[in-house]
Amino acid sequence: MNSPYVIEVRNVVKSFKTVQAVRGIDLNIGPGQFVAILGPNGAGKTTLVEMIEGIQQPDHGEIRVMGKPWKGNETYLRQHIGLSLQETHFVEKLTTWETLRLFASFFSIGKDRCEEVLQMVALEEKRKAWVVNLSGGQRQRLALGISMINMPKILLLDEPTTGLDPNARREIWAILRKLKDQSQTSMILTTHYMEEAEQLCEYIVIVDHGKILKQGTINDLLGEIQDIPVKPAEIRKITLDDLFISLTGRHLND
Amino acid sequence: MIERISNNQLYRLIMANVMELIREPGVLFWGIVFPILMSLGLGIAFTKKTDVITTIAVTGQNHLIGKPSDTLSVLLSFLRTNKAILIKNEQGLVSRKLTVTDDKLGNTHFIFTAMDWKAAMVLLKRGNLNIILDEKDGKIRYHFDPRNPDAQLTYLKLSKLLTNTGPVVKEANLEISPLTVTGTRYIDFLIPGLIAMGFMMSSMWGVSYAIIERRSKKLLRRMVATPMKRSNFLIALISVRVLMNFIEAGLLFLFAWLAFNITIQGNVAALLLLFIAGNIAFAGIAILISSHTAKTEIGNGLINAISMPMMVLSGIFFSYHNFPEWSIPVIRQLPLTMMADGIRSIMIEGAGFTETVYPVTILTLTGLIFFMLGMKIFRWH
Repeated sequence: MNSPYVIEVRNVVKSFKTVQAVRGIDLNIGPGQFVAILGPNGAGKTTLVEMIEGIQQPDHGEIRVMGKPWKGNETYLRQHIGLSLQETHFVEKLTTWETLRLFASFFSIGKDRCEEVLQMVALEEKRKAWVVNLSGGQRQRLALGISMINMPKILLLDEPTTGLDPNARREIWAILRKLKDQSQTSMILTTHYMEEAEQLCEYIVIVDHGKILKQGTINDLLGEIQDIPVKPAEIRKITLDDLFISLTGRHLND
Repeated sequence: MIERISNNQLYRLIMANVMELIREPGVLFWGIVFPILMSLGLGIAFTKKTDVITTIAVTGQNHLIGKPSDTLSVLLSFLRTNKAILIKNEQGLVSRKLTVTDDKLGNTHFIFTAMDWKAAMVLLKRGNLNIILDEKDGKIRYHFDPRNPDAQLTYLKLSKLLTNTGPVVKEANLEISPLTVTGTRYIDFLIPGLIAMGFMMSSMWGVSYAIIERRSKKLLRRMVATPMKRSNFLIALISVRVLMNFIEAGLLFLFAWLAFNITIQGNVAALLLLFIAGNIAFAGIAILISSHTAKTEIGNGLINAISMPMMVLSGIFFSYHNFPEWSIPVIRQLPLTMMADGIRSIMIEGAGFTETVYPVTILTLTGLIFFMLGMKIFRWH
């Protein structure tokens, strides 16, 4: 039976020595859906994404990607997944173009697609620049370009804008919005920026201490928090931040 | 066809490693220029016949400038008889310089310097001199460390000089036949050692450190999250390093041939086979070292812990026969010793395939075993 989801996570548990990073998570993501996994540092976001990427094995539970488990399907699944890890450092003395060509070669992709990607992430002028000479935002755009080089069906981005200034962050958002408009790629994005989740994703999953606290569309989630008391002096639009505080008693960036 | 090759992942990985290597000036300096400079420095220092200057402290009164106490008057008269030159250095110490010329062993300049016992001990501790003379009961006494070969040599030369009654200044060593033919000089011993050491260091840093650094920067993890063949990653890294090793060894040999007229006495094909076996051995060790850690600091420590003892023990700069007898069989089994000895046997002694079978087999097996062990515990993430 064909599953309507491209990612299915069933009661997944993962521990490292004395730390239980993920404590029973269920999650389904459909084709073309952009999902934000929102939570503070140490919430278990990265571990969850690493299990979906096939880098980590769950201790318990099941993960299926495009209807297939990782075991025995690695080569097939890797062809269709694009990812960007937190703070990946590419080879410093390769140029932007050489780095793209290198990763494209892993998918047997030629230079035409590299040209497209270079344009997509607005790095044409930096084609011959060594990675070491790129700014933080440019490096992150390169990482994003590499993650899209194989026109993936699933894009996994682990905190793609952490450490970037607001301008650089907005540039990344623009690229991802364009991707959403032009393709059927599904995306999971982990972040601890509330605004990022709101801007890019229609479905939000709030995690903390390895568990899902709430999940739903932005409207569903905001609808649930109309009753949160707001002092007259703080009259403003209620945001996901308020929901997170009401759920955990602390801010996302704590 | 060209498009197909240029899209090939192994080709791209190899090119990425080549670019990274040639764009790093440090790699070229430490891999190529440094061994050449080292061979030049050591070759000149230990191969060319140079004058030896030996300072000898003479303690007691100022007996070298003509006011001797009874004690060392014999020495003064001897120096005067042999026309020793009176010199005064910057510190105001008075010395007499006596030159013994020898067209085969080289000239020796004995500089007899008057000083008190305390000053002599300071210079002895600093290594500025290794022998002190004084007098007791009308006889010259020699003070030196009997375990210091330089001091022993000075004593032997000096005691011969001072007990000779005839003129010694123009003494010629007719019985000595100096060996300066190719294969017997220090530089002949040194160059094979430097080549072997270059292979080891290059593999250790070029393979081990590169893997650990890529792991620590999450690049390794990023790469294996694509359909990249893991074997291609290792093949590219090791093959570029092997190619670099051959270039480095070739340039060092070329320099040694031009500067010191070093040639290969034995079988060149056997030498190349030995180079390949050595590369396999060190690449295998490098893979094991880098198999697990993601911390470059630990990587540094591991690489040094493996390479430093071999550099000291394996007879790169000086023969390992100075180590205790019981340790020699162990030292001989070290990969670096095996490689250095093997290269020496081919380059200097004229060895061929027969003599190379043992080191080639052992080095290859060592590499394969270490490689397999490394791959068993290798962490890609």
